[in-house]
Amino acid sequence: MNIHGKAFKYGANVDTDVIIPARYLNTSDPDTLAGHCMEDLDPDFIRTVTKGDLIVAGPNFGCGSSREHAPVAIKASGISCVIAPSFARIFFRNAINMGLPILESAEAAQSISTGDQISVDLSTGRIVNETTGETFQAQPFPPFIQKIIEANGLMGTLKQD
Amino acid sequence: MGMTMTQKILAAHAGKVTVQPGELIEAHLDLVLGNDVTTPPAIRIFEEAGLETVFDPNKVVLVPDHFTPNKDIQSAEHCAKMRRFAKSHDLDHYYEQGEPGMGVEHVILPENGLVAPGDAIIGADSHTCTYGALGAFATGVGSTDLAYAMATGKTWFRVPDAIRVYLTGQLAEGVTGKDVVLHLIGQIGVDGALYQSLEFAGPGTEVLSMAERLTICNMAIEAGAKNGIFPVDAKTVDYLKQYAPQRYAEQNYTIHQADEDAVYRQTITIDLAQLRQTVAFPHLPENTRETGTFEAIPIDQVVIGSCTNGRLEDMRLAARWLKGRTVAKGVRLIILPGSQRVYRQALEEGLLAVFADANAVISAPTCGPCLGGHMGILAAGERCVATTNRNFVGRMGHPKSEVYLAGIPVACASAVLGRVAGTDELPD
Ligand code: SF4
Repeated sequence: MNIHGKAFKYGANVDTDVIIPARYLNTSDPDTLAGHCMEDLDPDFIRTVTKGDLIVAGPNFGCGSSREHAPVAIKASGISCVIAPSFARIFFRNAINMGLPILESAEAAQSISTGDQISVDLSTGRIVNETTGETFQAQPFPPFIQKIIEANGLMGTLKQD
Repeated sequence: MGMTMTQKILAAHAGKVTVQPGELIEAHLDLVLGNDVTTPPAIRIFEEAGLETVFDPNKVVLVPDHFTPNKDIQSAEHCAKMRRFAKSHDLDHYYEQGEPGMGVEHVILPENGLVAPGDAIIGADSHTCTYGALGAFATGVGSTDLAYAMATGKTWFRVPDAIRVYLTGQLAEGVTGKDVVLHLIGQIGVDGALYQSLEFAGPGTEVLSMAERLTICNMAIEAGAKNGIFPVDAKTVDYLKQYAPQRYAEQNYTIHQADEDAVYRQTITIDLAQLRQTVAFPHLPENTRETGTFEAIPIDQVVIGSCTNGRLEDMRLAARWLKGRTVAKGVRLIILPGSQRVYRQALEEGLLAVFADANAVISAPTCGPCLGGHMGILAAGERCVATTNRNFVGRMGHPKSEVYLAGIPVACASAVLGRVAGTDELPD
């Protein structure tokens, strides 16, 4: 599976409250949630994001509560992949389970800037910064997790079985 | 290579002889839990996938506790959706308000005999790790995991590494399990155990009561851990005998022990005798300080309760420190027994009368203020001492309010003195 889009760059410890503020948690409609994604950190995000774009951030991305509203909002906003040096545990699960690709790469997370054009090959973990020409190698997902992502999430695997 | 307790339980549930840290496994589950916040989205996911039955109506547990008794229309709709689902799927373990087994999820599951040593349990709530106190593997997940597990009775795990926490000695008077876990989080930080198990060991584990072990495992997630787990000893088996008599009688549980040569990333040794009453300052559970080492901090509210400290032992301890005393003028003390069983027992033992005499507000069992839901929301600039588990920005109300986490004795002393304080500052 190949991904292609421009990068939005953020810092360390982006928590689930920043990804989707708690005041919007009384709905679980993906489009409504997407409309408020990242608004306390980057009000321009939702106006400028286009389908296929990527979020690139610092360590411990998605820390905080176990609510799935955070990866739901990110995915529904059009983001195709999140790249960070590390992810909080429950966010990691939730993202995979709903088919939001995430990749761990400290090097890519450090050198990519906002606006860079990025392409990712999920089956190999290869990340290319087309703006600068740099390439990075993230650990590709094991087949078990790739199957979940390709089925568009954990529930998709159930339909296939 | 030897395995930790957690690794052994996971191997057993994946049908394997051994597992390695980092390995991805699919495990069978003994219990699957949801609450009124996480279950409604899971029901939607379950139904959208065209699923019609749960894997076992005796192993899916649904608990309305966060916004109950329903705080507003939206919460009422969520609870109604969950109640309909429980009814139409004939679930054995749905606990309605007021029923004998009802209360805050992590208080009632052990009390209702639903947890035993060796079990593998997931819950769509991050504090599901509480059940490690009984020698079970238990961890928090999201709503998709809940939907999938309700249907299949299975889930996937990445086998964790472990940190061994080796306990020695005995706690001093007035120092509790809460102080142990706050001290530990203060030492390793809020991501100190990310992706790992916290495996408790050593002679100090045996002196801790089951209530204290439950409190300690409850906050494993506050160090980023996947789970916390205690070895099974005579106290665990006694607890089982009392609360899960059938499983005890049938010997329907498995005691796993860590191998002698199990591999740990690190060992942290804590001498319980050295610990003092500890408070986590805003806005992270790792910001710990011992009482008596900071200036007077005036407070507006004290909350006693939650899945961390809402058990009968906590109520008894609160009554011990509040008896014959009253709450300081201008401070609100809110006490939430963690379950209907705890409430009733506290009533019978006269503890509620002690609380009323101290001028406390006594609430129905609910999560309520712990997550800033209802029953004690803070205004801008207000400060609260709470026996709960999180003090993030805005956790209990306004983003400009502050939460100080502590054990029961400190919460009581603070309520009486009107400032964050240890029990040694109380007048006789
Ligand atoms: S008491 Fe607090 S931490 Fe425990 S389950 Fe309820 S909201 Fe979560």
